[in-house]
Amino acid sequence: MADLIAELAVKGLPVTHGRATLAAFDPGPVTAIAPWPGRVVPGFPAPGQVLAAGGGRMVWAGRDTAFLLGAPAPDLGDLAAVTDQSDGWVWVTLTGADAVAVLARLTALDLRPAAFAPGTSARATINHLPALLIRTAEGFEIAAFRSMAHSLKHEIEAAMTAVAARRAL
Amino acid sequence: MRLTCPCCGPRDRREYTYYGAAEFLNRPAPDAGLDAWDAYLHLRDNPAGETRDLWYHDPCQSWLEVTRNTVTHEILAVRALGDLA
Repeated sequence: MADLIAELAVKGLPVTHGRATLAAFDPGPVTAIAPWPGRVVPGFPAPGQVLAAGGGRMVWAGRDTAFLLGAPAPDLGDLAAVTDQSDGWVWVTLTGADAVAVLARLTALDLRPAAFAPGTSARATINHLPALLIRTAEGFEIAAFRSMAHSLKHEIEAAMTAVAARRAL
Repeated sequence: MRLTCPCCGPRDRREYTYYGAAEFLNRPAPDAGLDAWDAYLHLRDNPAGETRDLWYHDPCQSWLEVTRNTVTHEILAVRALGDLA
């Protein structure tokens, strides 16, 4: 069988402007878990929660939706719809001292640590792009639909250059 | 303006999309007659005071029914509509 070469959804990364760096990020296999109405999936995260699960992470990814990152897809029988999303989303990391300043130009989300703490997730928009954000100790992991990969990089890099330009004044 | 999404908590108005009056939830029966369908499609109250609208929270994909006061701009209640589906 042919050994297919995985291509990154977004080209030209990593890129650094001033004190912020945007880099491609591979979260491993991505599996969406959406419990059927009335069913309860053990270990399902509450809104904003990121839980350790089976060597990977179970990330709250929207209303009644979680993403299992970096672990094989579980067999949940008739508890939940389980779909492979590995190729459906593009993932980047935004790190550095100005990561928050950059993101503040793009999203209406309250980025203060008291409202959005490291180790939690949030759904928000990056300008008009629907996105999933996970805050880490180093910065942010940002996921958007793969079809919007170029726009995601364009929007974030534009904000990075603007923040860097103001810093340079 | 901020709305409190039952799922995500208080969020900025830019994350929401306005749909229209909550009256859209009260769809008449197919045989309800022309008057009922005319009212459903075209006739809307324009109250000075409490009103109910449908809003969509784009990030978490929740439909919400928002009760607000058009005079004071006070948001009185936000209810998720998923259970109706």
